[in-house]
Amino acid sequence: MDQKELQETLSSLLPGATFNLNPQFAEAIVPAENLHQFALELKNNSKTQFDYLVSCSGLDKDKELMVVYHLRSTTLEHSCVIKVATSDRTNPEFDSLYEVWRAAEFFEREIFDLYGIKFKNHPDLRRLFLEDDFEGYPLRKDYVDPINIIQ
Amino acid sequence: MLEKREIILGENEPYIINMGPQHPSTHGVLRFELSLLGETVQKVVPHCGYIHRGIERMCEFNTYQQIIHLTDRMDYLSAHQNNEAVSLCVEKALGIEVPERVKVIRTILSELGRLASHQLWWCAFGMDLGALTTFFYGLRDRERILDIFEESFGSRLLHSYICPGGLMNDVHPNFQKRIKEFIPYFRKKLPEYDKLLTGNVIFHERSKGVGIMSLEDAISYGVTGPSGRGSGFACDIRKLQPYSAYDRVDFKEILYNEGDTFARYKVRLDEMWESLKILEQLVDQIPDGDFTAKMRPVIKLPEGEYFQSVETARGELGVYIVSKGDKFPVRVKFRSPNFSNLFVIDKLARGHKIADLVAISGSLDLVIPDIDR
Repeated sequence: MDQKELQETLSSLLPGATFNLNPQFAEAIVPAENLHQFALELKNNSKTQFDYLVSCSGLDKDKELMVVYHLRSTTLEHSCVIKVATSDRTNPEFDSLYEVWRAAEFFEREIFDLYGIKFKNHPDLRRLFLEDDFEGYPLRKDYVDPINIIQ
Repeated sequence: MLEKREIILGENEPYIINMGPQHPSTHGVLRFELSLLGETVQKVVPHCGYIHRGIERMCEFNTYQQIIHLTDRMDYLSAHQNNEAVSLCVEKALGIEVPERVKVIRTILSELGRLASHQLWWCAFGMDLGALTTFFYGLRDRERILDIFEESFGSRLLHSYICPGGLMNDVHPNFQKRIKEFIPYFRKKLPEYDKLLTGNVIFHERSKGVGIMSLEDAISYGVTGPSGRGSGFACDIRKLQPYSAYDRVDFKEILYNEGDTFARYKVRLDEMWESLKILEQLVDQIPDGDFTAKMRPVIKLPEGEYFQSVETARGELGVYIVSKGDKFPVRVKFRSPNFSNLFVIDKLARGHKIADLVAISGSLDLVIPDIDR
């Protein structure tokens, strides 16, 4: 399926999502409350079959915190990007998608570690790389590095 | 009077033991927290972060040319492929077409890097299972490739040679000659690998039927590269989204369906033959021309988001760059192959003995700095 067709399929499958122009992938920003339901739909629908979560990354766009999911279908060989955003910086929270794609479990732990975004229903939400008593979330744009060795 | 009682640790309740961070079979600083019942593994919890250097954050304060030197340090055995991933992503964002000479040389280097990496994996895997001789055989041949690297780039491990726009400098005049000498040499030596290890009865006992990964698990956990292809997951980016000169060479994507440790071993051995095939096709086809496209000294990517995948020796490396039109990126995310490959180990090792865990983690071919970044 080429990108335009995929975008049309996505817009019928994901009501309430907004679409971004991205030259490389079909890209949708979905409402955070529907994330889990939409993810299941994308994986199980016979038209999309996104069974492989390539990458899941946090993103700090100054005003809002985002999680970006890069998906690929191993059977139909097309890709798309799904994003969720929140403007709540003190207590950001999204659904965990580890039941849909098992790879998400550890990507989400990494995002929690570096961005402080929490995931509902995550089985084991702990810091992954940094120590448990580390203060702050170093990949956020407002993080001030007290030792300042890398700037 | 005290009752005499014998306490057997781990008999009735799980016994927790740490494997690592300084354990030879984890191939780096990785700690497994094992729950054991007797000698049987009940659960594996990997603990990462012992070599976390914050590469993704460092990238946000460096220009695109400088980022190249950080990517070497992730998967140090696939240094060329890591450099290539960032370079391709930057070139895609700028809309630059690199010269043909660069494309062919990059492909040759990727395949040489893959060979060197698989050789080192083969050495270490044999040693994990107690076959010490493999180490000498593998390193003897890897030395030849490192000599080719050293002659052209001056470095043997961290090359930083492929950069946005092309290559850092032209290859050494002997480059072609050395590769032409190496191919027949290694074609003769590769059957020794089979003689030494592949047919060995003890090796079969240790690897066949151990750590079986189903195709569904491989896709769901995102296990790519030779580890995924051992379970029949057709995930070779060289075939799916050909980059550089991979669209014009003829090679086979190796797939095995057993999903056990032995299948993952066979995938890598067969891939070495395929790499030799690719090298043979390209070594005489290096066109003359520039070794770099015309680039501005300061690279500013247009505003937007870019994603590029390449196939490293261990699987799919994805580079995700978000730019605001500045000379520094807003965000660089590396989807590193080892990160996804590691966490399936809990699923694979349950119910096996500790010694089998060593075989399984060896067959996944983990490089720890790539997990922690």
